[in-house]
Amino acid sequence: MSDTGWIGNVVTAARPKAVAALLRYFRNLDIAEEAFQEASLRALKSWPKNGPPRDTAAWLIMVAKNAGIDSMRRTSRHDPLPPEANISDLSDIETVTVEQIDEAAYSDDILRLLFICCHPDLPATQQIALALRIVSGLSVKQIARAFLVTEAAMEQRITRAKARVANADVPFETPSAIERSDRVAAVAAMLYLVFNEGYTTSVAEQGAKAVLCEEAIRLSRLLLGIYPTEPEVMALTALMLLQHARSDARFDADGMVILLDAQDRSRWNRNKIAEGLALIDKAIRHRRPGPYQIQAAIAALHARAARAEETDWQQIELLYGTLERLQPSPVITLNRAVAVSKARGAEAALAMIEPLADKLGSYFYFHGARGAFLTELGRAQDARIAFDRAVALANTPAEAAHIRMQIDQLTNSN
Amino acid sequence: MQYAILCYHDEKVTCAWSQEHDDAIMNKLGVVMERLTKERKLGPVARLLPTTAATTLRKDREPPIVVDGPFAETKEQLLGFYIVDCASLDEVLDIARELGAVNPGGAYEIRPVGMFFDASAVAS
Repeated sequence: MSDTGWIGNVVTAARPKAVAALLRYFRNLDIAEEAFQEASLRALKSWPKNGPPRDTAAWLIMVAKNAGIDSMRRTSRHDPLPPEANISDLSDIETVTVEQIDEAAYSDDILRLLFICCHPDLPATQQIALALRIVSGLSVKQIARAFLVTEAAMEQRITRAKARVANADVPFETPSAIERSDRVAAVAAMLYLVFNEGYTTSVAEQGAKAVLCEEAIRLSRLLLGIYPTEPEVMALTALMLLQHARSDARFDADGMVILLDAQDRSRWNRNKIAEGLALIDKAIRHRRPGPYQIQAAIAALHARAARAEETDWQQIELLYGTLERLQPSPVITLNRAVAVSKARGAEAALAMIEPLADKLGSYFYFHGARGAFLTELGRAQDARIAFDRAVALANTPAEAAHIRMQIDQLTNSN
Repeated sequence: MQYAILCYHDEKVTCAWSQEHDDAIMNKLGVVMERLTKERKLGPVARLLPTTAATTLRKDREPPIVVDGPFAETKEQLLGFYIVDCASLDEVLDIARELGAVNPGGAYEIRPVGMFFDASAVAS
Protein backbone atom coordinates (compact mmCIF):
# COMPACT_ATOMS: atom_id res chain seq x y z
CA MET A 1 0.00 0.00 0.00
CA SER A 2 1.33 3.44 -0.87
CA ASP A 3 1.57 6.05 1.87
CA THR A 4 -1.59 7.80 0.78
CA GLY A 5 -3.47 4.66 -0.32
CA TRP A 6 -5.54 4.68 2.86
CA ILE A 7 -6.88 8.13 1.95
CA GLY A 8 -8.32 6.69 -1.25
CA ASN A 9 -10.30 4.12 0.74
CA VAL A 10 -11.52 6.72 3.24
CA VAL A 11 -12.56 9.11 0.48
CA THR A 12 -14.34 6.32 -1.40
CA ALA A 13 -16.20 5.34 1.76
CA ALA A 14 -17.30 8.93 2.40
CA ARG A 15 -18.20 9.70 -1.19
CA PRO A 16 -21.91 8.74 -1.38
CA LYS A 17 -22.77 10.71 1.75
CA ALA A 18 -20.64 13.71 0.78
CA VAL A 19 -21.72 13.98 -2.87
CA ALA A 20 -25.33 13.47 -1.79
CA ALA A 21 -25.14 16.30 0.74
CA LEU A 22 -23.39 18.55 -1.80
CA LEU A 23 -26.08 17.83 -4.35
CA ARG A 24 -28.73 18.99 -1.89
CA TYR A 25 -26.69 22.12 -1.27
CA PHE A 26 -25.76 23.06 -4.84
CA ARG A 27 -28.71 21.36 -6.59
CA ASN A 28 -26.36 20.67 -9.47
CA LEU A 29 -24.66 17.37 -10.02
CA ASP A 30 -21.62 18.72 -11.88
CA ILE A 31 -20.85 21.34 -9.25
CA ALA A 32 -21.34 18.79 -6.47
CA GLU A 33 -18.98 16.32 -8.14
CA GLU A 34 -16.32 18.89 -8.96
CA ALA A 35 -16.44 20.29 -5.45
CA PHE A 36 -16.03 16.81 -3.99
CA GLN A 37 -13.13 16.18 -6.34
CA GLU A 38 -11.45 19.35 -5.13
CA ALA A 39 -12.00 18.36 -1.49
CA SER A 40 -10.48 14.92 -2.17
CA LEU A 41 -7.36 16.57 -3.60
CA ARG A 42 -7.08 18.76 -0.53
CA ALA A 43 -7.48 15.69 1.69
CA LEU A 44 -4.52 14.12 -0.11
CA LYS A 45 -2.46 17.20 0.73
CA SER A 46 -3.68 17.81 4.24
CA TRP A 47 -4.31 14.41 5.84
CA PRO A 48 -0.80 12.93 5.53
CA LYS A 49 0.49 16.00 7.41
CA ASN A 50 -2.28 16.56 9.95
CA GLY A 51 -3.76 13.09 10.20
CA PRO A 52 -7.33 12.30 9.18
CA PRO A 53 -10.11 14.42 10.72
CA ARG A 54 -12.41 12.84 13.28
CA ASP A 55 -15.36 12.84 10.88
CA THR A 56 -13.96 12.45 7.40
CA ALA A 57 -17.30 12.83 5.60
CA ALA A 58 -18.08 16.05 7.47
CA TRP A 59 -14.61 17.41 6.62
CA LEU A 60 -15.00 16.57 2.94
CA ILE A 61 -18.48 18.11 2.79
CA MET A 62 -17.34 21.32 4.44
CA VAL A 63 -14.21 21.73 2.35
CA ALA A 64 -16.12 20.84 -0.83
CA LYS A 65 -18.89 23.30 -0.01
CA ASN A 66 -16.37 26.10 0.34
CA ALA A 67 -14.51 25.05 -2.78
CA GLY A 68 -17.77 24.93 -4.74
CA ILE A 69 -18.86 28.36 -3.59
CA ASP A 70 -15.41 29.60 -4.39
CA SER A 71 -15.38 28.33 -7.94
CA MET A 72 -18.90 29.66 -8.55
CA ARG A 73 -17.70 33.08 -7.46
CA ARG A 74 -14.64 32.83 -9.62
CA THR A 75 -16.68 32.00 -12.71
CA SER A 76 -19.10 34.86 -12.20
CA ARG A 77 -17.37 37.97 -13.54
CA HIS A 78 -18.79 40.44 -11.07
CA ASP A 79 -17.32 39.04 -7.91
CA PRO A 80 -13.67 39.35 -7.04
CA LEU A 81 -11.72 36.30 -5.93
CA PRO A 82 -12.37 35.56 -2.27
CA PRO A 83 -9.33 35.58 -0.02
CA GLU A 84 -7.76 32.16 0.50
CA ALA A 85 -8.05 32.65 4.27
CA ASN A 86 -11.82 32.14 4.07
CA ILE A 87 -11.48 28.51 3.21
CA SER A 88 -8.18 27.47 4.70
CA ASP A 89 -9.21 27.52 8.35
CA LEU A 90 -10.92 24.23 8.96
CA SER A 91 -10.13 23.58 12.59
CA ASP A 92 -13.49 24.30 14.20
CA ILE A 93 -15.60 23.72 11.12
CA GLU A 94 -15.50 20.06 11.87
CA THR A 95 -16.93 20.26 15.36
CA VAL A 96 -19.71 22.52 14.16
CA THR A 97 -20.70 20.19 11.34
CA VAL A 98 -20.62 17.13 13.53
CA GLU A 99 -23.13 18.79 15.78
CA GLN A 100 -25.28 19.84 12.89
CA ILE A 101 -25.36 16.46 11.26
CA ASP A 102 -28.87 15.25 11.03
CA GLU A 103 -28.52 11.62 10.06
CA ALA A 104 -32.08 11.44 8.75
CA ALA A 105 -31.39 14.25 6.28
CA TYR A 106 -28.24 12.48 5.12
CA SER A 107 -30.20 9.29 4.56
CA ASP A 108 -32.64 11.13 2.32
CA ASP A 109 -29.69 12.75 0.53
CA ILE A 110 -28.05 9.42 -0.23
CA LEU A 111 -31.34 7.89 -1.30
CA ARG A 112 -31.96 10.88 -3.60
CA LEU A 113 -28.51 10.55 -5.15
CA LEU A 114 -29.13 6.86 -5.84
CA PHE A 115 -32.65 7.57 -7.00
CA ILE A 116 -31.52 10.13 -9.57
CA CYS A 117 -29.54 7.37 -11.25
CA CYS A 118 -32.68 5.27 -11.75
CA HIS A 119 -34.62 7.95 -13.57
CA PRO A 120 -37.21 6.16 -15.72
CA ASP A 121 -36.09 8.08 -18.84
CA LEU A 122 -32.65 6.50 -18.62
CA PRO A 123 -32.06 3.13 -20.28
CA ALA A 124 -30.67 0.49 -17.92
CA THR A 125 -27.09 0.75 -19.17
CA GLN A 126 -27.08 4.51 -18.54
CA GLN A 127 -28.54 4.06 -15.05
CA ILE A 128 -25.75 1.66 -14.21
CA ALA A 129 -23.01 3.84 -15.67
CA LEU A 130 -24.33 6.92 -13.88
CA ALA A 131 -24.54 5.17 -10.50
CA LEU A 132 -21.00 3.87 -10.84
CA ARG A 133 -19.69 7.28 -11.83
CA ILE A 134 -21.46 9.56 -9.39
CA VAL A 135 -22.25 7.34 -6.40
CA SER A 136 -19.34 4.90 -6.43
CA GLY A 137 -16.88 7.35 -7.93
CA LEU A 138 -15.37 4.84 -10.33
CA SER A 139 -13.35 6.46 -13.09
CA VAL A 140 -14.77 6.56 -16.61
CA LYS A 141 -11.88 4.30 -17.58
CA GLN A 142 -12.85 1.66 -14.98
CA ILE A 143 -16.49 1.76 -16.03
CA ALA A 144 -15.60 1.58 -19.72
CA ARG A 145 -13.47 -1.48 -19.00
CA ALA A 146 -16.31 -3.19 -17.17
CA PHE A 147 -18.70 -2.49 -20.05
CA LEU A 148 -16.11 -3.47 -22.65
CA VAL A 149 -16.47 -0.19 -24.53
CA THR A 150 -13.98 2.58 -25.25
CA GLU A 151 -13.42 5.32 -22.75
CA ALA A 152 -14.73 7.90 -25.22
CA ALA A 153 -17.95 5.95 -25.72
CA MET A 154 -18.47 5.64 -21.99
CA GLU A 155 -17.68 9.31 -21.42
CA GLN A 156 -20.37 10.15 -23.96
CA ARG A 157 -22.87 7.76 -22.36
CA ILE A 158 -22.35 9.31 -18.93
CA THR A 159 -22.50 12.86 -20.24
CA ARG A 160 -25.77 12.08 -21.99
CA ALA A 161 -27.21 10.46 -18.89
CA LYS A 162 -26.22 13.43 -16.77
CA ALA A 163 -27.79 15.85 -19.21
CA ARG A 164 -31.06 13.94 -19.06
CA VAL A 165 -31.02 13.89 -15.29
CA ALA A 166 -30.18 17.60 -15.16
CA ASN A 167 -33.17 18.44 -17.34
CA ALA A 168 -35.48 16.27 -15.29
CA ASP A 169 -37.09 17.59 -12.15
CA VAL A 170 -35.00 16.29 -9.31
CA PRO A 171 -37.16 16.31 -6.19
CA PHE A 172 -35.39 18.04 -3.31
CA GLU A 173 -38.20 18.13 -0.79
CA THR A 174 -38.09 15.56 1.98
CA PRO A 175 -39.91 12.56 0.52
CA SER A 176 -43.12 11.21 2.02
CA ALA A 177 -43.13 7.68 3.42
CA ILE A 178 -44.70 6.32 0.24
CA GLU A 179 -42.29 8.20 -2.02
CA ARG A 180 -39.43 6.97 0.09
CA SER A 181 -40.49 3.36 -0.21
CA ASP A 182 -40.98 3.76 -4.00
CA ARG A 183 -37.48 5.19 -4.23
CA VAL A 184 -36.01 2.34 -2.22
CA ALA A 185 -37.66 -0.15 -4.59
CA ALA A 186 -36.37 1.68 -7.69
CA VAL A 187 -32.87 1.91 -6.25
CA ALA A 188 -32.90 -1.78 -5.31
CA ALA A 189 -33.83 -2.69 -8.90
CA MET A 190 -31.05 -0.46 -10.23
CA LEU A 191 -28.48 -2.04 -7.89
CA TYR A 192 -29.51 -5.49 -9.06
CA LEU A 193 -28.99 -4.28 -12.65
CA VAL A 194 -25.47 -3.19 -11.72
CA PHE A 195 -24.86 -6.60 -10.18
CA ASN A 196 -26.21 -8.54 -13.15
CA GLU A 197 -24.21 -6.47 -15.58
CA GLY A 198 -21.14 -7.65 -13.68
CA TYR A 199 -22.36 -11.22 -13.22
CA THR A 200 -23.17 -11.82 -16.89
CA THR A 201 -19.64 -12.45 -18.02
CA SER A 202 -17.17 -14.80 -19.57
CA VAL A 203 -13.99 -15.86 -17.82
CA ALA A 204 -11.90 -13.43 -19.88
CA GLU A 205 -13.97 -10.48 -18.73
CA GLN A 206 -14.61 -11.71 -15.21
CA GLY A 207 -11.78 -9.71 -13.67
CA ALA A 208 -12.91 -6.45 -15.24
CA LYS A 209 -16.56 -7.04 -14.48
CA ALA A 210 -16.14 -8.19 -10.88
CA VAL A 211 -15.90 -4.56 -9.87
CA LEU A 212 -19.57 -4.12 -10.84
CA CYS A 213 -20.64 -6.98 -8.56
CA GLU A 214 -18.53 -5.64 -5.72
CA GLU A 215 -19.85 -2.10 -6.14
CA ALA A 216 -23.44 -3.34 -6.27
CA ILE A 217 -22.88 -5.18 -2.98
CA ARG A 218 -21.20 -2.17 -1.40
CA LEU A 219 -24.04 0.18 -2.41
CA SER A 220 -26.60 -2.36 -1.28
CA ARG A 221 -24.95 -2.50 2.15
CA LEU A 222 -25.03 1.29 2.12
CA LEU A 223 -28.77 1.24 1.40
CA LEU A 224 -29.23 -1.33 4.16
CA GLY A 225 -27.28 0.93 6.50
CA ILE A 226 -29.91 3.61 5.83
CA TYR A 227 -32.87 1.20 6.05
CA PRO A 228 -31.64 -1.45 8.48
CA THR A 229 -35.08 -2.99 9.00
CA GLU A 230 -36.15 -3.28 5.35
CA PRO A 231 -36.41 -7.03 4.57
CA GLU A 232 -36.26 -6.60 0.80
CA VAL A 233 -33.01 -4.63 1.05
CA MET A 234 -31.57 -7.32 3.35
CA ALA A 235 -32.64 -9.94 0.82
CA LEU A 236 -31.21 -8.06 -2.17
CA THR A 237 -27.86 -7.82 -0.39
CA ALA A 238 -28.09 -11.52 0.52
CA LEU A 239 -28.99 -12.49 -3.05
CA MET A 240 -25.99 -10.68 -4.50
CA LEU A 241 -23.61 -12.05 -1.86
CA LEU A 242 -24.80 -15.62 -2.34
CA GLN A 243 -24.43 -15.39 -6.12
CA HIS A 244 -21.11 -13.59 -6.02
CA ALA A 245 -19.79 -16.19 -3.55
CA ARG A 246 -19.70 -18.67 -6.43
CA SER A 247 -17.66 -16.54 -8.81
CA ASP A 248 -14.41 -18.50 -8.39
CA ALA A 249 -16.18 -21.76 -9.25
CA ARG A 250 -18.09 -20.64 -12.34
CA PHE A 251 -15.48 -21.35 -15.01
CA ASP A 252 -13.01 -24.15 -15.60
CA ALA A 253 -9.37 -23.76 -16.60
CA ASP A 254 -10.35 -23.50 -20.28
CA GLY A 255 -12.91 -20.78 -19.55
CA MET A 256 -15.87 -23.13 -19.95
CA VAL A 257 -19.00 -22.45 -17.90
CA ILE A 258 -19.45 -24.85 -14.97
CA LEU A 259 -23.10 -25.19 -14.04
CA LEU A 260 -24.17 -24.95 -10.41
CA ASP A 261 -24.56 -28.74 -10.12
CA ALA A 262 -21.01 -29.38 -11.21
CA GLN A 263 -19.22 -26.57 -9.37
CA ASP A 264 -16.50 -27.33 -6.84
CA ARG A 265 -18.29 -26.04 -3.75
CA SER A 266 -15.06 -25.78 -1.77
CA ARG A 267 -14.29 -22.81 -4.03
CA TRP A 268 -17.37 -20.93 -2.93
CA ASN A 269 -16.56 -17.95 -0.72
CA ARG A 270 -17.57 -18.95 2.82
CA ASN A 271 -17.62 -15.39 4.20
CA LYS A 272 -19.99 -14.13 1.53
CA ILE A 273 -22.23 -17.14 2.07
CA ALA A 274 -22.23 -16.63 5.85
CA GLU A 275 -23.17 -12.97 5.45
CA GLY A 276 -25.83 -13.79 2.87
CA LEU A 277 -27.41 -16.54 4.99
CA ALA A 278 -27.47 -14.27 8.06
CA LEU A 279 -29.19 -11.56 6.03
CA ILE A 280 -31.87 -13.80 4.54
CA ASP A 281 -32.60 -15.29 7.96
CA LYS A 282 -33.00 -11.76 9.33
CA ALA A 283 -35.26 -10.77 6.44
CA ILE A 284 -37.60 -13.74 6.78
CA ARG A 285 -38.20 -12.98 10.46
CA HIS A 286 -40.13 -9.89 9.36
CA ARG A 287 -42.82 -12.03 7.72
CA ARG A 288 -43.22 -9.55 4.88
CA PRO A 289 -42.26 -11.67 1.87
CA GLY A 290 -41.15 -10.08 -1.38
CA PRO A 291 -39.48 -11.08 -4.63
CA TYR A 292 -35.89 -10.52 -3.45
CA GLN A 293 -36.52 -12.59 -0.33
CA ILE A 294 -37.77 -15.49 -2.41
CA GLN A 295 -34.87 -15.30 -4.83
CA ALA A 296 -32.40 -15.04 -1.95
CA ALA A 297 -34.09 -17.99 -0.21
CA ILE A 298 -33.57 -20.04 -3.38
CA ALA A 299 -29.91 -18.99 -3.54
CA ALA A 300 -29.62 -19.86 0.17
CA LEU A 301 -30.91 -23.40 -0.45
CA HIS A 302 -28.15 -23.89 -3.02
CA ALA A 303 -25.57 -22.42 -0.66
CA ARG A 304 -26.69 -24.65 2.22
CA ALA A 305 -26.34 -27.88 0.19
CA ALA A 306 -22.87 -29.26 0.86
CA ARG A 307 -23.14 -31.35 -2.33
CA ALA A 308 -25.31 -30.76 -5.41
CA GLU A 309 -27.27 -33.97 -4.71
CA GLU A 310 -28.33 -32.59 -1.33
CA THR A 311 -30.11 -29.60 -2.91
CA ASP A 312 -33.70 -29.31 -1.71
CA TRP A 313 -35.29 -29.06 -5.18
CA GLN A 314 -38.82 -29.52 -3.86
CA GLN A 315 -38.47 -26.46 -1.68
CA ILE A 316 -36.92 -24.56 -4.60
CA GLU A 317 -39.87 -25.53 -6.81
CA LEU A 318 -42.27 -24.20 -4.16
CA LEU A 319 -40.34 -20.94 -3.87
CA TYR A 320 -40.37 -20.44 -7.65
CA GLY A 321 -44.12 -21.08 -7.50
CA THR A 322 -44.50 -18.29 -4.94
CA LEU A 323 -42.31 -16.00 -7.03
CA GLU A 324 -44.47 -16.77 -10.08
CA ARG A 325 -47.56 -15.65 -8.20
CA LEU A 326 -45.88 -12.45 -7.03
CA GLN A 327 -44.26 -11.61 -10.36
CA PRO A 328 -45.75 -13.69 -13.17
CA SER A 329 -43.14 -14.09 -15.91
CA PRO A 330 -42.28 -16.86 -18.38
CA VAL A 331 -38.63 -16.70 -17.28
CA ILE A 332 -39.63 -17.60 -13.72
CA THR A 333 -41.82 -20.43 -15.03
CA LEU A 334 -38.77 -21.67 -16.93
CA ASN A 335 -36.74 -21.61 -13.72
CA ARG A 336 -39.47 -23.46 -11.88
CA ALA A 337 -39.43 -26.06 -14.65
CA VAL A 338 -35.73 -26.65 -14.03
CA ALA A 339 -36.52 -27.27 -10.35
CA VAL A 340 -39.39 -29.55 -11.39
CA SER A 341 -37.06 -31.56 -13.62
CA LYS A 342 -34.79 -32.17 -10.63
CA ALA A 343 -37.59 -32.88 -8.17
CA ARG A 344 -40.03 -34.82 -10.36
CA GLY A 345 -38.34 -35.59 -13.65
CA ALA A 346 -37.87 -34.10 -17.10
CA GLU A 347 -41.24 -35.12 -18.50
CA ALA A 348 -43.23 -32.87 -16.15
CA ALA A 349 -40.71 -30.09 -16.74
CA LEU A 350 -40.93 -30.35 -20.52
CA ALA A 351 -44.73 -30.22 -20.39
CA MET A 352 -44.48 -27.04 -18.33
CA ILE A 353 -42.25 -25.18 -20.76
CA GLU A 354 -43.77 -26.19 -24.09
CA PRO A 355 -46.46 -23.46 -23.83
CA LEU A 356 -43.68 -20.86 -23.28
CA ALA A 357 -42.20 -21.38 -26.76
CA ASP A 358 -43.98 -18.31 -28.16
CA LYS A 359 -42.76 -15.95 -25.50
CA LEU A 360 -39.28 -17.36 -24.95
CA GLY A 361 -38.51 -18.45 -28.53
CA SER A 362 -35.54 -16.09 -28.75
CA TYR A 363 -34.27 -16.75 -25.24
CA PHE A 364 -31.00 -18.66 -24.94
CA TYR A 365 -31.84 -20.36 -21.64
CA PHE A 366 -35.19 -21.63 -22.92
CA HIS A 367 -33.58 -23.68 -25.65
CA GLY A 368 -30.73 -24.73 -23.40
CA ALA A 369 -33.11 -26.02 -20.73
CA ARG A 370 -35.38 -27.63 -23.32
CA GLY A 371 -32.40 -29.41 -24.85
CA ALA A 372 -31.36 -30.67 -21.43
CA PHE A 373 -34.88 -32.00 -20.66
CA LEU A 374 -35.07 -33.71 -24.06
CA THR A 375 -31.63 -35.25 -23.54
CA GLU A 376 -32.77 -36.65 -20.23
CA LEU A 377 -35.83 -38.15 -21.92
CA GLY A 378 -33.59 -39.85 -24.51
CA ARG A 379 -34.87 -37.71 -27.41
CA ALA A 380 -31.41 -36.94 -28.82
CA GLN A 381 -32.65 -35.75 -32.21
CA ASP A 382 -35.00 -33.12 -30.72
CA ALA A 383 -32.39 -32.18 -28.13
CA ARG A 384 -29.89 -31.42 -30.87
CA ILE A 385 -32.33 -29.05 -32.60
CA ALA A 386 -32.96 -27.24 -29.29
CA PHE A 387 -29.24 -26.98 -28.55
CA ASP A 388 -28.54 -25.64 -32.04
CA ARG A 389 -31.08 -22.87 -31.41
CA ALA A 390 -29.41 -22.15 -28.08
CA VAL A 391 -25.96 -21.85 -29.64
CA ALA A 392 -27.32 -19.37 -32.15
CA LEU A 393 -28.79 -17.26 -29.33
CA ALA A 394 -25.90 -17.47 -26.85
CA ASN A 395 -24.98 -14.20 -25.14
CA THR A 396 -21.32 -15.03 -24.65
CA PRO A 397 -18.87 -17.37 -26.40
CA ALA A 398 -18.63 -19.35 -23.13
CA GLU A 399 -22.36 -20.02 -23.17
CA ALA A 400 -22.15 -21.22 -26.74
CA ALA A 401 -19.18 -23.43 -25.90
CA HIS A 402 -21.05 -24.93 -22.99
CA ILE A 403 -23.99 -25.91 -25.21
CA ARG A 404 -21.64 -27.32 -27.86
CA MET A 405 -20.18 -29.52 -25.13
CA GLN A 406 -23.66 -30.89 -24.46
CA ILE A 407 -24.12 -31.52 -28.18
CA ASP A 408 -20.81 -33.41 -28.20
CA GLN A 409 -22.02 -35.54 -25.33
CA LEU A 410 -25.17 -36.36 -27.31
CA THR A 411 -23.01 -37.49 -30.22
CA ASN A 412 -20.75 -39.56 -28.00
CA SER A 413 -23.59 -41.36 -26.26
CA ASN A 414 -25.17 -42.36 -29.54
CA MET B 1 -2.55 -12.97 31.63
CA GLN B 2 -5.11 -12.89 28.87
CA TYR B 3 -6.09 -9.78 26.98
CA ALA B 4 -8.61 -9.21 24.25
CA ILE B 5 -7.54 -6.94 21.41
CA LEU B 6 -10.84 -5.60 20.09
CA CYS B 7 -10.63 -4.23 16.55
CA TYR B 8 -12.63 -1.13 15.75
CA HIS B 9 -12.79 0.51 12.35
CA ASP B 10 -15.27 2.29 10.09
CA GLU B 11 -16.76 -0.61 8.16
CA LYS B 12 -17.67 1.70 5.27
CA VAL B 13 -13.92 2.00 4.75
CA THR B 14 -13.13 -1.70 5.13
CA CYS B 15 -16.04 -2.59 2.83
CA ALA B 16 -14.51 -0.28 0.20
CA TRP B 17 -11.27 -2.31 0.20
CA SER B 18 -10.63 -4.16 -3.02
CA GLN B 19 -10.29 -7.92 -2.78
CA GLU B 20 -6.56 -7.63 -3.50
CA HIS B 21 -6.10 -5.09 -0.72
CA ASP B 22 -8.09 -7.29 1.69
CA ASP B 23 -6.07 -10.38 0.73
CA ALA B 24 -2.78 -8.50 1.12
CA ILE B 25 -3.71 -7.38 4.64
CA MET B 26 -4.92 -10.83 5.66
CA ASN B 27 -1.66 -12.33 4.39
CA LYS B 28 0.44 -9.90 6.40
CA LEU B 29 -1.68 -10.46 9.51
CA GLY B 30 -1.30 -14.19 8.94
CA VAL B 31 2.48 -13.87 9.23
CA VAL B 32 2.23 -12.08 12.58
CA MET B 33 -0.39 -14.53 13.83
CA GLU B 34 1.74 -17.50 12.87
CA ARG B 35 4.68 -16.19 14.85
CA LEU B 36 2.48 -15.43 17.88
CA THR B 37 1.10 -18.96 17.69
CA LYS B 38 4.63 -20.39 17.73
CA GLU B 39 5.38 -18.25 20.77
CA ARG B 40 2.20 -19.69 22.33
CA LYS B 41 0.79 -16.22 22.87
CA LEU B 42 -2.23 -16.35 20.57
CA GLY B 43 -5.69 -17.63 21.47
CA PRO B 44 -8.85 -17.52 19.35
CA VAL B 45 -9.06 -14.88 16.63
CA ALA B 46 -12.25 -13.84 14.87
CA ARG B 47 -13.12 -11.51 12.05
CA LEU B 48 -16.72 -10.33 12.14
CA LEU B 49 -18.82 -9.72 9.03
CA PRO B 50 -20.45 -6.29 8.46
CA THR B 51 -22.91 -4.99 11.05
CA THR B 52 -25.61 -4.87 8.36
CA ALA B 53 -25.76 -8.65 8.91
CA ALA B 54 -26.10 -8.20 12.69
CA THR B 55 -29.12 -8.85 14.86
CA THR B 56 -29.51 -7.68 18.45
CA LEU B 57 -31.46 -9.39 21.23
CA ARG B 58 -32.59 -6.80 23.78
CA LYS B 59 -32.89 -8.75 27.01
CA ASP B 60 -33.72 -5.83 29.28
CA ARG B 61 -37.38 -6.73 29.07
CA GLU B 62 -39.52 -9.81 29.16
CA PRO B 63 -39.87 -11.32 26.67
CA PRO B 64 -36.66 -10.08 25.06
CA ILE B 65 -37.04 -8.47 21.64
CA VAL B 66 -35.06 -9.03 18.49
CA VAL B 67 -34.01 -5.95 16.55
CA ASP B 68 -32.11 -5.56 13.30
CA GLY B 69 -28.60 -4.23 13.29
CA PRO B 70 -25.86 -3.76 15.83
CA PHE B 71 -26.44 -2.85 19.46
CA ALA B 72 -25.02 0.65 19.10
CA GLU B 73 -24.85 3.08 16.19
CA THR B 74 -21.24 4.15 16.24
CA LYS B 75 -18.83 5.68 13.78
CA GLU B 76 -16.45 2.75 14.20
CA GLN B 77 -17.71 -0.79 14.55
CA LEU B 78 -16.39 -3.88 16.32
CA LEU B 79 -15.01 -5.84 13.38
CA GLY B 80 -13.06 -8.59 15.12
CA PHE B 81 -10.87 -9.58 18.03
CA TYR B 82 -7.72 -11.42 19.06
CA ILE B 83 -7.20 -13.14 22.40
CA VAL B 84 -3.55 -12.99 23.46
CA ASP B 85 -1.70 -14.30 26.47
CA CYS B 86 0.95 -11.84 27.64
CA ALA B 87 2.91 -11.05 30.76
CA SER B 88 2.28 -7.31 30.66
CA LEU B 89 0.27 -4.57 29.01
CA ASP B 90 3.46 -3.39 27.30
CA GLU B 91 3.76 -6.74 25.60
CA VAL B 92 0.14 -6.59 24.38
CA LEU B 93 0.70 -3.07 23.12
CA ASP B 94 3.74 -4.28 21.18
CA ILE B 95 1.63 -6.99 19.56
CA ALA B 96 -1.14 -4.49 18.82
CA ARG B 97 1.39 -2.10 17.26
CA GLU B 98 2.70 -4.90 15.11
CA LEU B 99 -0.79 -5.88 13.96
CA GLY B 100 -1.64 -2.22 13.42
CA ALA B 101 1.44 -1.67 11.28
CA VAL B 102 0.21 -4.15 8.67
CA ASN B 103 -3.47 -3.19 9.08
CA PRO B 104 -3.60 0.58 9.61
CA GLY B 105 -6.76 2.59 10.24
CA GLY B 106 -9.25 2.46 13.10
CA ALA B 107 -8.28 1.48 16.65
CA TYR B 108 -7.57 -1.46 18.91
CA GLU B 109 -9.17 -1.55 22.33
CA ILE B 110 -7.11 -3.66 24.71
CA ARG B 111 -9.10 -5.24 27.53
CA PRO B 112 -8.02 -7.76 30.14
CA VAL B 113 -10.06 -10.95 29.96
CA GLY B 114 -12.07 -11.85 33.09
CA MET B 115 -13.22 -15.31 32.14
CA PHE B 116 -12.14 -17.46 29.28
CA PHE B 117 -14.07 -20.57 28.38
CA ASP B 118 -12.48 -22.60 25.62
CA ALA B 119 -15.44 -24.06 23.79
CA SER B 120 -13.37 -26.20 21.49
CA ALA B 121 -16.52 -27.85 20.13
CA VAL B 122 -16.79 -24.97 17.66
CA ALA B 123 -14.06 -25.84 15.21
CA SER B 124 -12.75 -23.23 12.84
